[in-house]
Amino acid sequence: MTAVLPRRRLAALPATPRYLAGRIGQSLLALFGVVTIVFFALRLSGDPARLLVPEGATAADIARVRARLGLDDSLWHQYTTFLGHAVRGDLGYSYVQNRPATDLLAERLPYTANLAVAALVLSLLFGVTAGAITALRRGRWQERVLMPIVLAGQAMPAFWTGLLLVLLFSVGLRWLPSTGYDGPLSLLLPSVTLASLSAAAIARVTRGAMLEQLSQDYVRTARAKGAGTWRLVTRHLARNTAIPVLTVAALELANLLGGAVVTEVIFAWPGLGQLTVQSVAARDFPVVQAIVLLASAVYVVVNLATDLLYGVIDPRVSSGGDHP
Amino acid sequence: MKRLTVPVAVLGLYLAVALLAPLLAPDDPNAVTLAQRLLPPQAHHLMGTDALGRDVLSRTMYGTRVSLLVAAAAVIVAGVAGVALGMVAGWRGGWLGAVIMRVVDSVLSVPFFLLAILVVAVLGPSLVNVVVCLAMVRWPRYARVAYSTTLQTRGRGFVRAAVATGAPGRWIVVRHVLPEVLPVAIVVGTLEFGLMVVYEASLSFLGLGVQPPTASWGSILSDGQQYIATAWWLATFPGLALFVLVLAVNLLGDAARDRLDPARRAAVTRRRLLRRAEPAEVTA
Repeated sequence: MTAVLPRRRLAALPATPRYLAGRIGQSLLALFGVVTIVFFALRLSGDPARLLVPEGATAADIARVRARLGLDDSLWHQYTTFLGHAVRGDLGYSYVQNRPATDLLAERLPYTANLAVAALVLSLLFGVTAGAITALRRGRWQERVLMPIVLAGQAMPAFWTGLLLVLLFSVGLRWLPSTGYDGPLSLLLPSVTLASLSAAAIARVTRGAMLEQLSQDYVRTARAKGAGTWRLVTRHLARNTAIPVLTVAALELANLLGGAVVTEVIFAWPGLGQLTVQSVAARDFPVVQAIVLLASAVYVVVNLATDLLYGVIDPRVSSGGDHP
Repeated sequence: MKRLTVPVAVLGLYLAVALLAPLLAPDDPNAVTLAQRLLPPQAHHLMGTDALGRDVLSRTMYGTRVSLLVAAAAVIVAGVAGVALGMVAGWRGGWLGAVIMRVVDSVLSVPFFLLAILVVAVLGPSLVNVVVCLAMVRWPRYARVAYSTTLQTRGRGFVRAAVATGAPGRWIVVRHVLPEVLPVAIVVGTLEFGLMVVYEASLSFLGLGVQPPTASWGSILSDGQQYIATAWWLATFPGLALFVLVLAVNLLGDAARDRLDPARRAAVTRRRLLRRAEPAEVTA
């Protein structure tokens, strides 16, 4: 029955080489599954050759394009060829731009990475602070002010937040540029937009974890020994609340990468999100495959790294203790 | 549960608007009057008009239908499929269970909005396809909780006793395991509902959702982006409608989770007791 243990318990197993190998294997398997699903789903979506030929092209023209792109081969042949190349880091040529898909990605990646990292930093800053304050100041005005903001943040879809920010700061006050990328100021609105949802999620998890810890005996002991709130937070609570906060932050990364699509469209941000929308519309298979592979790889690697970090933060995890 | 009165009332209001949209809407949502394009909010058009002179209030009211319908259908389809597959994986185990759970892992390791865009692109944008797409992307959430609950239940006394008496597997699953899985799945479904509303609107915003002229909050907001410099009302009111709905649903979902989760319930009771006993405990 060991093979069917739920995931949560696996995460609590000791970080032995064997466990590590298992986790890495699992991640690779998940990536392989993703690539396979996406490959076949795309092939079902329609003929890209039709979209590539100019208006009024003959059936023979379309057939020629299909042959050139290798779309005439059997699905199985296309799939094995794709896998063979992908393993060597070759993700094919863009049908539309006639350049390697990896080049296109490399060109766009810095913009999205900038945006996602800025958003993650913002959401951690706001989320952890707000979560800690609402937990420590339960029932006081700080909680009454911050909790509605957190709840509202959770119910605001990224694209509406973005529109409101543009309306207020670009159209109304004319303080900030609304679209495109010119200089660090233009990063402000998109990253706040993208951060809003994750910040709320992180705040709620931080608050929950803090409240849980605050009712523990060691907190009472520390207080009895005269520890002030600051010392209590930095010396005792930070470590004990880090695991849930880290977990949700890693999960939020997936939302950031997904939310980046809408955010980039609103702010005409020249990143991967816009490339995704364009490539999907043009049925540019190699580029779509490359983007999905990249996004999933980032996600899987971050979650793997988080699992391994547990052991560093909380020694009980790696000593195999029964940490819940 | 006094604090739930408002969210329930809000939800009831949305439901009423969705059902009675033809009676309540002041205008035909699709009536194009180019002479009245982009009018700001006024007595005849409380939320103004859009670029084709259509009444935004009426379109927002009809948009409620799309939102609730898509979200409810997506939650039901994803929930039924996910619970069924998760229970099969948990009960049968073996290679079938392993395959199902690896697919779950794979789907969950793609940022799901990316996957949603991909699925809609494959199927082509339409109301039904948005539901199919959201269900295909979200069923693993239910499968995972159904799987772990089934595993836990399988080892418990009453299930073992049923197995020992020779009851058929299918009967045990329906009679003993399903009642354990269902409450958990319902809580997940409530929490997912708000997310589905947001994602339907996001897809429509990108032009991948419900197609014009059918009114959807996302597509009105997309117009709002186009005319943001001149027509602020397009970018605000439908978003407000969406925001209030999602807020109400999230509050209900949280309450449902608190009721169900024994650990959380215990923590709440413990804190309440502590607060009563030593008011100075938590604050400093």
